[in-house]
Amino acid sequence: MEGLKKVGRKIFDYLRNLNPYEILAFTLLLLFIFPFYIVVVNAAKPNVDVIEDPLSLPRNLTVFFNNLRTIFTDSRLNYPRALFNSTVITTLSLLLIGLTSAMAAWVLVRTKTRFSFTIFLFIIAGLVIPFQIVMLPLVELLTALGRITGFQWSDTHHAVIIAYIGFGAPLSVFLFHGFIKSIPMDVEEAAIIDGCSRPQVFFRVVLPILKPIFVTLLVLNGMWIWNDFLLPLLVIGRGGETTTIPLAYANFVGAFTPNRNLQLTALVLSAIPVIILFLFAQRYIIKGMTSGAIK
Amino acid sequence: MQADASVKQAPKQSFKDRFFGRKTMNKVWFFLFLIPVMVPYLLMVIIPFVLGAYYSFTDWRGGIGDTNWIGLANYRDLLSNYRFIYSFIRTGIYAFFNVVVINFVAFSLALLVTRKLKLTNIYRAGFFMPNLIGGLIIGFLWRYIFNYVLGTVGFGIFSASPLDNNLAMMSLVIVVTWQYAGYIMMIYVAALQNIPEDLVEASQIDGANALQRLRNIVLPLVAPAFTVSMFLTLVTAFKQFDTVFSLTSAGPVVILPDYLRDFLNVEASLPRVRLTGLLAYNIYDVGFTNRNFAFAQAQAVTFFVLLAVLSLGQVYFNKKREVEM
Repeated sequence: MEGLKKVGRKIFDYLRNLNPYEILAFTLLLLFIFPFYIVVVNAAKPNVDVIEDPLSLPRNLTVFFNNLRTIFTDSRLNYPRALFNSTVITTLSLLLIGLTSAMAAWVLVRTKTRFSFTIFLFIIAGLVIPFQIVMLPLVELLTALGRITGFQWSDTHHAVIIAYIGFGAPLSVFLFHGFIKSIPMDVEEAAIIDGCSRPQVFFRVVLPILKPIFVTLLVLNGMWIWNDFLLPLLVIGRGGETTTIPLAYANFVGAFTPNRNLQLTALVLSAIPVIILFLFAQRYIIKGMTSGAIK
Repeated sequence: MQADASVKQAPKQSFKDRFFGRKTMNKVWFFLFLIPVMVPYLLMVIIPFVLGAYYSFTDWRGGIGDTNWIGLANYRDLLSNYRFIYSFIRTGIYAFFNVVVINFVAFSLALLVTRKLKLTNIYRAGFFMPNLIGGLIIGFLWRYIFNYVLGTVGFGIFSASPLDNNLAMMSLVIVVTWQYAGYIMMIYVAALQNIPEDLVEASQIDGANALQRLRNIVLPLVAPAFTVSMFLTLVTAFKQFDTVFSLTSAGPVVILPDYLRDFLNVEASLPRVRLTGLLAYNIYDVGFTNRNFAFAQAQAVTFFVLLAVLSLGQVYFNKKREVEM
């Protein structure tokens, strides 16, 4: 009894001495996390419980695994395929945007002609072009490209990836350009004396120096491409072969309204890849996303 | 022109010239390095952009080519199209609330998490987390909460879903704030951490209270972050599509308010408009649902001009601020 009182007193003292701002921040944190709680908890319930009692904890965790199995095997969502497509599209787009933009930015910085500067302005002018003005002609253009080239463009990986390179180029070239300007020429000249060709100078000397800005762009472009909905909606289309996670989810919710628990299980599955990545690379993600905004 | 410039540069590039051979070799590499980014950019952005701008002056009905030039007719129609005008007004209202609420919440959170708290890093990560999930998924998530959870937690006023009545716009603002505030917060946190410690200490010695300190030291020093965040939230508000799509589907449908009906001389007996039908969504809707391609392009061009003006305004303000500091 004495011991229990002591513990109680200790907890009470701890709470009393706590900074009131700490309590405020903690309350707000709970408020911010509440929607996540609701989703996760209800993803692990049978449909009846989701409708009648959304706040309680799930009674039986096997329901969650049953829901998961249903989602994984459901042909309308086809989660494994959507995950595969999203992964392929995001990874390849990120690598290619980074590489091609860095190459272009490097020759644009190192060639000091008026022509080179005009090209630079022409590329960063793309920053103010909203997707809305491009989308309808783009759909037509992809169909026309299919006719001209003899192979399919709409609803293919390569069309989506090339589109992302095009739309990612302005910001990426702009950020690389600013960064490369601050690299002294000495390093490159030294490499030339050692007998490097121009591509060798870029790939062996310049590219490694660009690592910090490369990471920033991986984060910035990665968050955008992974979560993008409008471009896949147009280039891939509803129910397309190369459907991505957001597209597949929108389709699934539209077709599958009565089973709310399954909708929420699918939602957990759609959000989980980024959340897991965030837990491991939190520092890079926050830094990358905010430093990109300020520049 | 080009030749002139490279002649001027010649002495500097003596090493390069020796190892790359003639200048033509440099030019070849210049273009070889540019092509990988220029081809996708021209193909997927510039060509559709030029086509899109051109089609806004035609009667385009889809397909490439096969159009008739009709001049400014689409733009004249825009001025008398009550759906577009209403959408414009709603976007303005949404953008205003969006900018005010997000920046207020984000700055308050930033002040909170820059205090010496025990779990500061966890708070920051927690507030930032909603930003990781895409707008589409977030819209569906909150639609579930608004439609099915709020009513059961004892919020009697929400027995009808707020997405079905006048509260729809405010619901959208709340959801986007939840998504975006943590991100803007990090921008303010970076700015707040750059405030020199001794300045704050000096003010404490001089006996300034917390409010005076906030007004005379913190706010002026955080001003550049304010400009950045204002424009960021403003532009994202205008571009808002995903969350509208999934949260409200632009609904609910209402009758056009009387003052606008009189003002625009609308003749339809029951002119229907959508409470959260923002510009970006409206363009999509006119293009894909109504298949009114040329008219959608005219709206898109207007939208582009608006965003271009906002972006140039941002550059202008940032430059001005740099001079002042």
